[in-house]
Amino acid sequence: MRTTAMTAAATPGPAYNFAYLDEGTKRMIRRAILKGIAVPGYQVPFASREMPMPYGWGTGGVQVTAAILGPADVLKVIDQGADDTTNAVSIRAFFRKTAGIATTTRTVEATIVQTRHRIPETPLAAGQIIVYQVPIPEPLRFLEPRETETRTMHALEEYGLMHVKLYEDIARHGHIATTYAYPVKVEGRYVMDPSPLPKFDNPKMHRSPALQLFGAGREKRIYALPPYTDVRSLDFEDHPFTVQSFTEPCAVCGARNVYLDEVVTDDRGGRMFVCSDTDHCGTRRAEATP
Amino acid sequence: MYVAVKGGEAAIANAHRLLADRRRGDRDVPALTLEQIAGQLSLAVDRVMAEGSLYDPDLAALAVRQARGDLIEAIFLLRAYRTTLPRFGYAAPVDTGRMRIERRVSATYKDLPGGQLLGPTFDYTHRLLDPALAGDAPVEAPERRALAAVEDCPRVIDILDREGLIEGDGDPAGEPGDLTRDPVSYPVGRDLRLQALARADEGFTLALGYSTQRGYGRVHPFVGEVRIGLVDVEVEIPDLGFTVRIGAVRLTECQMVAQFKGSAEEPARFTRGYGLVFGQSERKAMAMSLVDRALRADEFGEERRAPAQDEEFVLEHGDNVQATGFVEHLKLPHYVDFQAELDLVRRLRAEAGQRRAERGEETR
Repeated sequence: MRTTAMTAAATPGPAYNFAYLDEGTKRMIRRAILKGIAVPGYQVPFASREMPMPYGWGTGGVQVTAAILGPADVLKVIDQGADDTTNAVSIRAFFRKTAGIATTTRTVEATIVQTRHRIPETPLAAGQIIVYQVPIPEPLRFLEPRETETRTMHALEEYGLMHVKLYEDIARHGHIATTYAYPVKVEGRYVMDPSPLPKFDNPKMHRSPALQLFGAGREKRIYALPPYTDVRSLDFEDHPFTVQSFTEPCAVCGARNVYLDEVVTDDRGGRMFVCSDTDHCGTRRAEATP
Repeated sequence: MYVAVKGGEAAIANAHRLLADRRRGDRDVPALTLEQIAGQLSLAVDRVMAEGSLYDPDLAALAVRQARGDLIEAIFLLRAYRTTLPRFGYAAPVDTGRMRIERRVSATYKDLPGGQLLGPTFDYTHRLLDPALAGDAPVEAPERRALAAVEDCPRVIDILDREGLIEGDGDPAGEPGDLTRDPVSYPVGRDLRLQALARADEGFTLALGYSTQRGYGRVHPFVGEVRIGLVDVEVEIPDLGFTVRIGAVRLTECQMVAQFKGSAEEPARFTRGYGLVFGQSERKAMAMSLVDRALRADEFGEERRAPAQDEEFVLEHGDNVQATGFVEHLKLPHYVDFQAELDLVRRLRAEAGQRRAERGEETR
C-alpha cells in the first residue's frame, strides 16, 4: 500500500485519507475520467466504491469530486440549484471534514461545483469543473433495460429507437414529452444522458468553457464533456428543441430567463415563483440593495 | 411572505441528535452490550456479515446496534467500512471438506459417512411463543462431542463424484473476479455470479430461489448436503513458501443436486447448484444454490425465460444496499424536475381544452 498524508484525527479512531478515498482508488477513478474526456459522451465503466452515503445520494459525483479534489480547491455543492438543501449541506460537510478544503456558495469563487439536477445560472468559466451526480447514466435504459444490448447500440451508433420514442411523443401529445434528462448528442457521436437536469439547462452544456464530469456510483459509470464540446439536444427539423419559459419573473429578485421553483404559499391555490439557483438570486438581491 | 428554507445544517444536526436519543431508548433500561448482540442475536450478526461481505462479529454487532436493529442499514455500515480497508493478501481457497461440522444434513442419503447431524436448528421446534424466554431462566449446557470423536466428514457431492454421477466442480484454474474492485461487464462468469449471490439480499435471493420451485426456471433440486461449521482460513506468505492459518470463519454451505443432463454422446449425470455464505444461514445458502443452478441455463442449453435465469436481472437487483439507496433516494428533493413535468402537463391540458372548445364550436 502506498502511504499518504492522513488527515489529522481529533479523536483516536480510523484515520481516512485526504478526501476519504485511498490513493489507489483515486488513481483508478482518474483513469476512468481521462478515458471519458478522450471519448466525450462515452460511458466508462469504473470500479465504483461503497461510500459512506447511500446510493442515490450522489455517490458517483462524490467519488469523482474526491478523485479530482486538491488542497487548494474551493468546492460548491448544489442540489436543485440550491446550496442549502440538506443533501448539498451534507456533501459539503463531508468534504470539509475529510479533505479540510474551502467551500463556497458563490459560483464564481468555486473551482469545482458538484451538482444534482441543475447547472448554475452564472455561466461557468474556463478552469472550472462541474461534477454531475447521475442516477441512470444510460439514455437508452428506459427503451432497452439490458446493458448488453444498450452497449451494442452505442457501439453501432444505433439510436433509431430514441428518435422513434421522441416521434411517438409528438404524435401523441404534439410535443416531445421529455422535460428533464432530455437526451443530447455529443460531438455528433454518442447519445448521452445529461443527468436529470430540466431541459432548460441543456443549452448550458453546449461548448461550455468548463470541464464537465458525470459520475454514476450505483451504475458504476463515468463520462465527460471536455471544454468547448458540441452538445446538441435531440430534435427534429420541424419540431426544434425548445426550453421551458416562465411567464413571470422571480418573485424575490425579479430575474427573468432563469429557472424558477414554484412555491405553494397557502392551501387556497396561492403560489409564487422564485429562483431555483439560490446563489444567483442572492447575488442579484445584494446588487440591487447598495 | 416567502422565506427561503435555510438551516439545513442545523436541521441535520438536530435530526442526528434525535436519532441518537431514539436509539438509546429509555435511559432507565441498561444499554445493550455488543457482547449481548453478538452472543444472543448471532443470526442477525451473521446476516450482516454475510451481506456486508466482512467477517467480523464485533463490528457487525456494533453495526446492528448503531442501526437500531435495521439489518440493511447495518449491512450498509459494514460495507462502507469494508471499502476503506487495505488488501494485505488473499486467502487460499477454504476447504469445506475439512469443516468442523456443527450441523450437516443430506436429503439424498439416509445415512452416510460422518452421519447426519442436526445441530442448532429451528427445524423441529414447534413455533409456539415460549413465555419462559421472556425471563432469564437458566439454560442447560448442550451435549458435546469429544474432539477426538469427530469423524472426517466427506462431502456428499464427492461420493456422487467418485461414481461419475455428477458433473465436476468446475475448473479451479484462473483468478476469480471481484465485483467490489472491478466494474462488471456482462456476460459474467460463475465466479462473479456466486460472489454477487453471496452478498445479495436474503429476501431477494429467497424469492428468486422460490420462484424456480414454482416453475419459473425449474431446476429439479435435491439437497445433496447442507453443512454449517468452522473452516480454517489460511494465507500463503510469499517469503515462507507455505500457508499459515490466520483464523477460522463459520460458513454455511449448500450443495444442491439438480436435474441431470445427457445426450447420445454423453452419459447422463446430475448437475450442481452451489451456495456458500458467512455464518449460519441455511435459508440464504439454499436459495443461493437454486439461483446459481438456474443462472447456469446457458451451460446446459436450457431456455432462459424466468427472472432467476437472467444474469443481468439477478445481479443488478440483488444488492440491498444499492436497491435501498435508489428506492429511498426518491425522497430527496426533485422539485426542479417536477416543475418541468408540471409545466408540461399544464400546457398539454390547456391545449386539449382549447381543442375541445374548438370542436364544440364546430358542432354547434
